[in-house]
Amino acid sequence: MSSSSPEADAALLPLQGGSLGSLTIYIIPEASSLLPQGVSVYIGKHRSAVVRGPPAAGDVLTVVNARVRHIAQTMSFTPDSIAAALSDRVPLGNLGLDTRRPFKSSLGYEITFSLLNPDPKSHDVRWDIEAAVRGYVQPFLDKLSFVANFTVDSQILYYAMLGVTPRFDRNSSSFLLSAHSLPHVINPVEARLGSSAASLFPVLNFLLYVPERAHSPLYIQDRDGALVRTNAFHSPRWGGIMVYNVKHPAADEAPLPLRVDVDMVRVMEVFLAQLRLLFGISRAPLPGEFLLENPGNAGLAAWELDRLLWARTVENVATVSTTLTSLAELLDKIGNIVIKDDVASEVYRAVASVQQALEELAAGRLGAAFQASKEAVTSSERAFFDPSLLHLLYFPDDQKFAIYIPLFLPMAVPLLLSLAKILREARRGKKEPTKTD
Amino acid sequence: MFTDCDISSYLIFCLAAALAPQDQVEQFFKSGHTNNWAVLVCTSRFWFNYRHVANTLSVYRSVKRLGIPDSHIVLMLADDMACNSRNPKPATVFSHKNMELNVYGDDVEVDYRSYEVTVENFLRVLTGRIPPSTPRSKRLLSDDKSNILIYMTGHGGNGFLKFQDSEEITNVELADAFEQMWQKRRYNELLFIIDTCQGASMYERFYSPNIMALASSQVGEDSLSHQPDLGIGVHLMDRYTFYVLEFLEEIHPASQTNMNDLFQVCPKSLCVSTPGHRTDLFQRDPQNVLITDFFGSVRKVEITTETISLDPNLAILESRTPKDEITTEALKYAEQLPVAQIIHQKPKQKDWHPPGGFILGLWALIIMVFFKTYGIKHMKHIF
Repeated sequence: MSSSSPEADAALLPLQGGSLGSLTIYIIPEASSLLPQGVSVYIGKHRSAVVRGPPAAGDVLTVVNARVRHIAQTMSFTPDSIAAALSDRVPLGNLGLDTRRPFKSSLGYEITFSLLNPDPKSHDVRWDIEAAVRGYVQPFLDKLSFVANFTVDSQILYYAMLGVTPRFDRNSSSFLLSAHSLPHVINPVEARLGSSAASLFPVLNFLLYVPERAHSPLYIQDRDGALVRTNAFHSPRWGGIMVYNVKHPAADEAPLPLRVDVDMVRVMEVFLAQLRLLFGISRAPLPGEFLLENPGNAGLAAWELDRLLWARTVENVATVSTTLTSLAELLDKIGNIVIKDDVASEVYRAVASVQQALEELAAGRLGAAFQASKEAVTSSERAFFDPSLLHLLYFPDDQKFAIYIPLFLPMAVPLLLSLAKILREARRGKKEPTKTD
Repeated sequence: MFTDCDISSYLIFCLAAALAPQDQVEQFFKSGHTNNWAVLVCTSRFWFNYRHVANTLSVYRSVKRLGIPDSHIVLMLADDMACNSRNPKPATVFSHKNMELNVYGDDVEVDYRSYEVTVENFLRVLTGRIPPSTPRSKRLLSDDKSNILIYMTGHGGNGFLKFQDSEEITNVELADAFEQMWQKRRYNELLFIIDTCQGASMYERFYSPNIMALASSQVGEDSLSHQPDLGIGVHLMDRYTFYVLEFLEEIHPASQTNMNDLFQVCPKSLCVSTPGHRTDLFQRDPQNVLITDFFGSVRKVEITTETISLDPNLAILESRTPKDEITTEALKYAEQLPVAQIIHQKPKQKDWHPPGGFILGLWALIIMVFFKTYGIKHMKHIF
């Protein structure tokens, strides 16, 4: 029977158990036609992989060991990916851009889609963002719902210009934005994005810019001068911008404003790719004999979610341990801080959760470990950032002296002198009997 | 096998740098920040301290011009000069005599105003220990890759800075606050600028890494004001900030000027006091630190080279599955006061404790002296 690997993968899915962090590897005979020619490893979009076995019937395991190891590292974690999760504890200069790009682990994220129309007189731009979010973004976020809470909103901004004037290129008769002017594009727009009214969670902004008629078509140039295929760029820990060029009819008598219906599929392909990068879900380069299955509209394979969870769990555990340690050091330094009951219970809960997370990690139960680490982070942050722990509210010893000494010292001087006089008289009185009236 | 990967050993893993040596060198000199924040504090009130508000507003203006948005600036002004009843030109705050430059502008957003500028609020902003009801504009939501600029101005002395004429913050408290920020990785790099008398004493006690500090005068020196305006009747700016503002007016978002130029800004001939700076806690060489690393907001960008492929037909199929109407829950007023928490806590038993030794001893002393002086036989006459 000849079936393709995706069908086989889907058929075998119910047999696997499929819990978070698990990995199933099937080894098939070398001559099987399940995998196309030249491909020896197939990585499915769930949690399984298929490996072509060795030609000889010898000890299969030792021969495929290296390949299995490589697959395991691709589909779960490597020492580098774990170390990258701890990037804020590592000194500057040792890490690449990959570690700075993704957002830190947080309990929620806010995603905002904005349509920028600087020229409403010429373009009447409509975009069906609700349907696009429902159809493309929401499945992706649903898969990530275990990781954090997401809220999505959208807005349209009129007369929002980019901060940079594009150059006109005579050869292609189009306008170009060079790579080194891109950093200055974001700032003038950011003030109008309204992210200050958004939630306390980190905000991801995705902007779709429709250039003015006078500056159409607008392309982005990369560092080598070539045009960027996606016409988009992103900024680490902030979001992404895509430039959407509108085709103007050749005849000038088309009535203005020109109605533009944005092709949401093209736009969402880019935005979802940027969203993946901003969450740190990136594909490491694989050798040619590896074939990856396309995850489809969900945009995320199950094992990529696992990779994210491994890294996030480690990051959470590290955060909790440093938070609690520094809280303990603070209490050592300022001895008279009062810990309220609820702060104390949060600390106990954080410690219990992080110990549980470590146990679950050691046992390999990823889902429970991540859940425990998330609870630990919530509790430890609540304990550390409790408003009552401000050291100003508690009198340090030197301030106690500073307040009471000016009060009591003047009063104490005559008292002490009189006391001295009393003692002297009493001693003299012991030597000779006093005459009483 | 992969299960041998000892998860608990992640904490002692050393990194293998995967970068080519050339990239590594470049990365090392460039700052690793992804966003910028600014906390600008003016601590003096009263009309004659007009110049401190003008100082802070000029730095605010430069920082906004170079790209940091209002949502990333925490501006604390202890008094309102623009709408002060003694201001002959209402709604303006000038920084140049002859009213050349109005730094108040049209779009100033003051986050902490008037009596809200206290040492407690300032430390709460820095350490993040803010009550949950605080709006987002009053919070410093920085992360481990934020570069923060902290500018403080007002009246100060050796080791302290006066807030609102009623309280002060000491250099030890400030250093501890920065250490709390470092422990929680609330900053990547921090630039601290202070324009007060004896300003250098405020940065003497810092001990957290990645802090660079500038002050307008050394210990024992006074920072002087620049020029009075005869129309408004007060001194408009302090010298140090005046020359810093002149220097910053030349900077644009793409400029490559570095920190060494900022250190030279106000020599003794112009400023009368000697500005000082401290860079020993900073990891990078000031030569490689751009002014826009702190005063501006130049974002790192990457070109998006990959896309994922979406199938529009699948999407239509998925969205056709009927989704139930999301029942919107009735809106209710958000809890401002954690009543449940307060009620839950048992009332503390206020036990009666006998008076302590100190009080007893004091009273015994007083009574003994009294009776010794007046004699015990007079007691029946007195009581």
